[in-house]
Amino acid sequence: MSALRGLLYKETLHILRDTRTFTVVLALPVLQVLLFGFAIRTDIHSIRLAVVDPRPDAQTLALRHRFEAGGLYQVVAVTPSRDDLEALLVSGRAQQAIVFEPGFAEALGRADAPQLAVITDTSEPNIGASMQNYARLVIQAFERDAAPARQASIRVVPQVRLRFNPTAESSNLFVPGLMALVLTLISALMTAITIAREKETGTIEALLVSPLRPWQVIVGKVGPYLIIGFASVIAVLTVARLVFHVPLEGSVTLLLAEGLLFILVSLSLGVLISSRTSSQRVAMMGALLGTMLPTLLLSGFVFPIESMPLPLQIVSNAVPARWFVEITRGIMLKGVGLTELWRETLILGGMALVLLTASVRSFHARLD
Amino acid sequence: MRRILVLAWAEVLHVVRDRATLAQVLVVPVIQLIILSNAATFTVRDTPALVIDHDHSALSRRLTADLAASGRFAVSSAASYQQAEEALLSGGTTLVVTIPGGFGASLARTRAAAVQLTINAEKGSAAMVVQGYARAILAQFTAQAGGAPGAIDVRERAWFNPGFNYQHYMVPGILVSLVTLIGTLLTAQNIAREKELGTLEQLNVTPITRAQFIIAKLLPFWVLSMLIFAIGLGVGRAVFGIPMQGSLPLLCAIAGLYLLVALAMGLLISTIVDTQQQAMFVTFSIMMIYLLMSGLFTPIDSMPAWVQLLSDATPIKHFVIVSRGILMKGAGLADLTRPLVFLALFAAIMLPLAVLLHHKRSA
Repeated sequence: MSALRGLLYKETLHILRDTRTFTVVLALPVLQVLLFGFAIRTDIHSIRLAVVDPRPDAQTLALRHRFEAGGLYQVVAVTPSRDDLEALLVSGRAQQAIVFEPGFAEALGRADAPQLAVITDTSEPNIGASMQNYARLVIQAFERDAAPARQASIRVVPQVRLRFNPTAESSNLFVPGLMALVLTLISALMTAITIAREKETGTIEALLVSPLRPWQVIVGKVGPYLIIGFASVIAVLTVARLVFHVPLEGSVTLLLAEGLLFILVSLSLGVLISSRTSSQRVAMMGALLGTMLPTLLLSGFVFPIESMPLPLQIVSNAVPARWFVEITRGIMLKGVGLTELWRETLILGGMALVLLTASVRSFHARLD
Repeated sequence: MRRILVLAWAEVLHVVRDRATLAQVLVVPVIQLIILSNAATFTVRDTPALVIDHDHSALSRRLTADLAASGRFAVSSAASYQQAEEALLSGGTTLVVTIPGGFGASLARTRAAAVQLTINAEKGSAAMVVQGYARAILAQFTAQAGGAPGAIDVRERAWFNPGFNYQHYMVPGILVSLVTLIGTLLTAQNIAREKELGTLEQLNVTPITRAQFIIAKLLPFWVLSMLIFAIGLGVGRAVFGIPMQGSLPLLCAIAGLYLLVALAMGLLISTIVDTQQQAMFVTFSIMMIYLLMSGLFTPIDSMPAWVQLLSDATPIKHFVIVSRGILMKGAGLADLTRPLVFLALFAAIMLPLAVLLHHKRSA
């Protein structure tokens, strides 16, 4: 046991003496949550509109005005012909365009249904679909005022309620996921190269001839980082509450405990990568490719898991962050407790156990 | 010149002999491209939806059928809101449609009726998409149930991605991020490793100049990254059928310029760090900024103004715009002036900086 204590002490010294890494590890998660919390948003707050109006009249001006009045649309260009449209949309200076036909007002006056083309840049399909939707709403409102006689048609009025995030605030949606991402990266990276470095510098031999058992080496490597990781959890949660005002409906204690469990899983993942690779280079690439993109894309943090093809939905079960994202969203936004989250918690616990066991087993007590 | 070639050849041998690295560098990106492009999608398909029908009229049944027929929702029915609420809490359903009693009668009498949509907004952007589809289906239902044609004949055109295919949008972006990630990391880690092993000092006592050293280090990784980019484009075309509207030579030329910037970034990182661990940390942080602020996954237009300004400082943003522009929109040089100016600026600043910051003597 004193050998384990010695290793723990040695690892702690390693961390404390490399002050640059130490600062980075503590400050980075907070900075990232701060910056990305502001950056990651999907709400549309302005649309750049181009208008093709060959012969402006009272009605085209009225419709143009109506587009601008809502505050959402900014008219960036008004041209008399369609020829300029291509360049405007390709370069991205305009995102949407409306094209009037000449004699718009007369046709409307004759109840002739004048043509109006709405051209939308749908290269990003969802933004595109939303922009089409917004244009439709503006045009419908205009139609109601311009030709009230036609309003005999039936209407179904949708009343929309957004549960668990009534204001659809982007930061409420993304910050809990962002926490999972930042914590995974920082913890998996910290441990990913610890053993690989000992192999490369040859100090692993000193560890091997010591009376340390494999499990003790692994515990010694993970233990000190667990404390740093937990400090990050608290820091990141503080930022989420104070800066982004993410609600915290459920229990703080439960959230912190789950955070600790999640850190343990990520650290174990790092140790496993580390013990299976021969050099820091391979360990680094492994950690980078194995944690960053999968966590970003397969955790349901940005992209909904339901949208993925079935095989990927199955794969996403193996991504620890996926479960942590569900836990944090559950506790913070819905205020649910262990009765609803026991399954996710159990899965994370199981993952920690499997990863640690695998690391111990692949840490051979001899050189090949 | 000979010195450059010799050192570059040594790097090539290093990469080729290290099978694990070579496999990681060539195979993993392709696999990731295929998997991640499937994952990065907002498309709504078979989202679980519950319908509470208090009306049981012909019209309410037709609305339910319309929801199911759209293919967007996997519709099942719930008896009470209590039951639906539980499904919402446990995450078993994303959308609850409540059709009030007297829905059909009210439509017939007053020509208007209400339907309540309750959406689990916990799942972020998915909620907005679900809402959009639900509204569209309702609008269609209304039109078929006796809506009159509008006063204006609106023709909608969806440019650049008429099929609303998410992968066509994501594949170029993901490819660019993978190439950037590998190029930057390999370069950063390479020199950090020489520092750690002490072999950098051996190089420092040779007559090689700083510029020669930097070029020799960049060249092999540049070729490797271009190769990955080309393979990725081929895979994107073959597997995902991504459009190639614009000029491929133009895209490759700009890719060459961009990769210089990406690799120079790696070199800059390596000059400020002492160990591979630090190199990895710094690369990771920069990659996070690249991935999350470049408009790769979330639109730049949605960011607050000050973040949009910051995002101009990420070279990858400009190359993502270029790739999507050329591939999807058929953009030419004239349409891409702004991103090109930025990329050229980055190259003009970062490469000389990397040479200047690389000292031949240890501090």
